[in-house]
Amino acid sequence: MTSQVDINKVTVVALVENEPGVLNRVASLFRRRAFNIDSLTVGRTHKPHISRMTIRVVAGPEYARKIANNLQKIVSVIDVRVLDNEPHVERDLALIKVRNDDANSRNTITEICDRYPARIVDVGPKVAIIEMVATEAILEGFIDEVRPIGIVEMIRTGVVSMGRGTRIHDTNFTRRDLSKIQDKLAARGNGNVF
Amino acid sequence: MKLTGSEIIMECLLREGVHTMFGYPGGAILPTYDAMSKYEDRLHHVLVRHEQGASHMADGYARATGEVGVCIATSGPGATNLVTGLATAMMDSSPILAITGQVPIPAIGSDAFQETDVTGVTLPITKHNYLVTDVDDLAYTMKEAFHIARTGRPGPVLVDVPKDVQLAVTDFEYPEGDILLPGYNPPSSASEYDVDAALRLIAEAQRPIILAGHGIMMSGAMRELRELSERAQIPVALTLLGKGGMPEDHPLVIGMMGMHGEASANLAIQEADLLIALGMRFDDRVTGNLKTYARNSRKIHIDIDRSELNKNVKADVGIAGDLKTVLEQMLLKLEVKAHPQWVGRIRDWLEDSSERDILNYETPGRLLTAQVINDIWKHTGGEAITVTDVGQHQMLEAQYYPHQRPATLLTSGGLGTMGFGFPAAIGAKFGKPDEEVWAIVGDGGFQMTLCEMATAAQENINVNIAIINNFFLGMVRQWQELFYEKRYEATPLLNPDFCKLADAYGIPNRLVTNRDEIADAVQFARDIDGPTLIEFVVEKEEMVYPMVPAGADLHDMKRRPKPREA
Repeated sequence: MTSQVDINKVTVVALVENEPGVLNRVASLFRRRAFNIDSLTVGRTHKPHISRMTIRVVAGPEYARKIANNLQKIVSVIDVRVLDNEPHVERDLALIKVRNDDANSRNTITEICDRYPARIVDVGPKVAIIEMVATEAILEGFIDEVRPIGIVEMIRTGVVSMGRGTRIHDTNFTRRDLSKIQDKLAARGNGNVF
Repeated sequence: MKLTGSEIIMECLLREGVHTMFGYPGGAILPTYDAMSKYEDRLHHVLVRHEQGASHMADGYARATGEVGVCIATSGPGATNLVTGLATAMMDSSPILAITGQVPIPAIGSDAFQETDVTGVTLPITKHNYLVTDVDDLAYTMKEAFHIARTGRPGPVLVDVPKDVQLAVTDFEYPEGDILLPGYNPPSSASEYDVDAALRLIAEAQRPIILAGHGIMMSGAMRELRELSERAQIPVALTLLGKGGMPEDHPLVIGMMGMHGEASANLAIQEADLLIALGMRFDDRVTGNLKTYARNSRKIHIDIDRSELNKNVKADVGIAGDLKTVLEQMLLKLEVKAHPQWVGRIRDWLEDSSERDILNYETPGRLLTAQVINDIWKHTGGEAITVTDVGQHQMLEAQYYPHQRPATLLTSGGLGTMGFGFPAAIGAKFGKPDEEVWAIVGDGGFQMTLCEMATAAQENINVNIAIINNFFLGMVRQWQELFYEKRYEATPLLNPDFCKLADAYGIPNRLVTNRDEIADAVQFARDIDGPTLIEFVVEKEEMVYPMVPAGADLHDMKRRPKPREA
């Protein structure tokens, strides 16, 4: 592999068929080609048979294109795009449980949350849960500020991204027998078959 | 038409033009074997003795014919035994379809008897794979599987079919029309911009060289390659799997490149000012040290797999496309050119090489592998399909059996799979029954899959086995001699009497220890319509030259001393 002088993070967005094993195929590719993932998120799109992955990689643009070319080889991967220089919106969601057992910590939490797009979604006598949705950079700044109070538990969803304006990343592909697939998904409950 | 899943598998195979399949039965695939009885007049099943043999046979069949080779195995151990063959086919882009039985759907995930997550195991070594969970999906899945295996950059596809899906009954109708695979669009032609850019580099080059790989034959671009080479007078070096892409007696073909390639080809690559890489992937065995590889040259790289471009070697013009189509586009505008000085310089190197040729050595009373292989070439008129195993004999085959036609050297290049040669030769013969087929194997590799002698005998398949027996794992021993101070750890072999072994299988055989006996033995094998075995006992400690040590610069070759220096 090429040396990673440029350690910027690059976002790769992939549309994939919503079928069993797709996540495994993608993860296996990253492992065997020794591509380093920073975060990977998967979710359904407005079309039930298509899911969308946002993959954050610690790499330069050239390396990201290498990853995209390899991703494109997976038959279940419909389309891949490297969000490199194009303007896009990105969001990362975190749930942060912090210590909340004295007046000082309570005041500090409220004060920090006022300055960020953060909400206190659960308060108890000892801990509180903060929900925060923002870009990765802002979220990390927030976490650094909260850390001294005492984080006891934290989860992040990983970054999701979407190109701005009419940069539409979608496909008109319909599966050969969509109604049947939908029936199957319905039979499985919620349609999430990963 | 109401059919069972098993019958649907058979119907799909027939509609895809399959007439031979290689396999081994077992519990989870039994319904499919049961269905075979209704189809045995149209579909011939070859019973192997180990599933690895089935996958190599399917591979040999595919390489010899360009069609999809089919192998079948049961769940669990049957399927895991296919793994080496699938990985071999994956590395060398060989189109094979593996059908495996799986435990019934309700038992999946319960660690049932002979259950293995086969789609999981084979995920990284197949081009694509399927677990069929509904008999209604079966026909379409089979059609997709064949399509994916044989198009684009070909490769192995596995279809895992649970036993209850094989037994389920449904309406069968073979899907007509195009396949809807939105994530699968192999590239075809090049943009005018890229074609012009490539032609500009060719026009500017003083010392161009073509590196022709397996893709030439996979794409059927032999005529286009020749036209390109002749019209612009560009010498052609071949990869191991590219042998046959252009006749080796053509004056512009300068031989194989790489670790054991012709010195002239390697030196030419290092001095060239333009590499035109066609359907090859700059494997480390081809490039040596990448930092010093073809440093003075610009590169045009054309391959159907976009991810191969800029993977190991950066291309000035990289084109993802079908080679035949792209070369046709280029030939429309390619101008006549000549590089007499450059071609002359390469010819000088060739002369130096021929002086060092081992065939010029006086070796009274000793049999050398190169002589054996060159004599087989002579006595078969150079027309046989040769299928090699892996090691010294493989490299010497590549050096001493010139191939004039495509798909006449079948060998495991990328994965280097010992045990490949003999079963792949059986598969090749089934694919090309009218061609003479020789399995040229070493004593080590042959013993990995020699159980298939029973298959060859049962099928009375006309494959001639030439065992090059030096009582060593020769190539490993060569590395030990050169890089491990001759500590021959685990390389000397105590071998069975191969001729007696052949006797036990009822296979006619000969033992050859002297060069005078070669012609007669080869004729003996050619005269018999069925499997034969010749054991050639050769010099124990031979070397394959030239050799670029692993990771060394391509021009830094260990050469065979000239006879007068030796």
